[in-house]
Amino acid sequence: MLIKKASEIPSSEITPKQSYQNRRQFILTAAAGAGLVAGGWALKKLTEPEDEVSAGVKLAHNKSSLSTNETPNSLRDITHYNNFYEFGTDKEDPAANAGSLRTRPWTVAVEGHVSKPKVYDIDALIKMFPLEERIYRLRCVEAWSMVIPWLGFPFGDFIKMLEPTSKAKFVQLVTLYNPEQMPGQKDRVLDWPYVEGLRLDEAMHPLTILAVGLYGEVLPNQNGAPIRLVVPWKYGFKSIKSVVKIRFVEQMPEATWNKMQPSEYGFYSNVNPTVDHPRWSQATERRIGEFRRRPTLMFNGYADQVASLYTGMDLRANF
Amino acid sequence: MKPISWLKIAVFFASLGPLARLLWRYHQNDLTANPIEFITHSTGLTALIFLLITLGITPLRRITRQYWLIQLRRMLGLFAFFYACLHLATYVVLDHYFDWDRMIADVYKRPYITAGFTAFVLLVPLAITSTSGWVRRLGGRRWQMLHRLIYVSTALAVVHFLWLVKADIREPATYGVVLAVLLGYRLVRWLLSRTQQASGAAAQTQQG
Repeated sequence: MLIKKASEIPSSEITPKQSYQNRRQFILTAAAGAGLVAGGWALKKLTEPEDEVSAGVKLAHNKSSLSTNETPNSLRDITHYNNFYEFGTDKEDPAANAGSLRTRPWTVAVEGHVSKPKVYDIDALIKMFPLEERIYRLRCVEAWSMVIPWLGFPFGDFIKMLEPTSKAKFVQLVTLYNPEQMPGQKDRVLDWPYVEGLRLDEAMHPLTILAVGLYGEVLPNQNGAPIRLVVPWKYGFKSIKSVVKIRFVEQMPEATWNKMQPSEYGFYSNVNPTVDHPRWSQATERRIGEFRRRPTLMFNGYADQVASLYTGMDLRANF
Repeated sequence: MKPISWLKIAVFFASLGPLARLLWRYHQNDLTANPIEFITHSTGLTALIFLLITLGITPLRRITRQYWLIQLRRMLGLFAFFYACLHLATYVVLDHYFDWDRMIADVYKRPYITAGFTAFVLLVPLAITSTSGWVRRLGGRRWQMLHRLIYVSTALAVVHFLWLVKADIREPATYGVVLAVLLGYRLVRWLLSRTQQASGAAAQTQQG
């Protein structure tokens, strides 16, 4: 392991104090509760730093008033605890296997009911919009959550520029299909390529962003490089990674999990503590780095901003 | 000491290996970003593997004719119970922190938890009656009948795992295949012995 001097470690690589405190609390409770470990030994271990995470390329960005002021999870946790089945089904697989993904050259094809269908080069696309830091809560359908400082731009700004026609009611996004670069695609665990979709008004909501960075730097491969969707009031699987295609369509589009198991994964997938997943209660969640579960908030705490999108809808039927 | 005693001691310490590995990873701060989930999965999988190893003893001793292997079975079964206890304790203490209402709702509402909890409950009488005293008290035949509950418990443990995963069922399915082989062996033997009994009875009838 490369030992860095303290001055060389960017602040983004240092686990936030809060996480350490939580971790300390967790481990102490674990030790006491399960009687696993002698206390003194536990305390000593807690103060040792975690492994380094390699630094990426810095991206210029502005702060956003839409960010939460909650403390973000560490870069280490955000980059080493991922669901990204294209690189394996274990949480640590993406960090181990995503190195084979080549993010340049990369294009994003815009198709369907827009005035200007076009194939965009990723670097040109990133330069078209000023980047903002959006610190969002992320709630996984598996009942864990994180706080993540994304860098990105509002999807709505891009969509307005594309001038969707009156036929565009939904937008579908598609992940790269390339089993050589994405070894998990060699197994038919899911129906590749991964697809997801939003209603047009959801896609244009100011909270919905296309993210290209994390913690001030270029997005790591395992987090969906070079460009991914982030919809903070929906379960994480809705926020499709490594996007190569954006399609404007008239009918509700296919979405991978929804198609595979419609009884468990709805098209909307709004975070909703009152509608359980058959396997997980959605009432509570574990914030990564914390010991006790916390109550899950309606629309992941973004109800004030997004509830109006669903006025009159039965969120049990349209879960 | 007899060689078998040494072997028992070796198996005992080997069986503590998965727990030692957990403690070591904890010591290395290597329990992933979600340590509670990691401990839950790790102890659960270890319990399932010990159940399958325990079920493997009988076929193995018959096929290899190493009949002394039976002397390891009780310990292996008790280790299965030990890891199942750790698994349940992780769920109760670390995951839900004694939130009984929530856990009761889980057992009631979520099929995979219902299956897992039932698998655990069925192991409790087996662990209690694992002593030689209990074998005597119940009588060998009744004791054996009772301990066939391990078939049900292990099957439920596999189902518990299978219903937990979202899409990639390869790992639980592998354990399901192992279980099917272990139970299939018993089924075949039982059918064969029935056929033999029947033909034996038929032979007796002819003689008479």
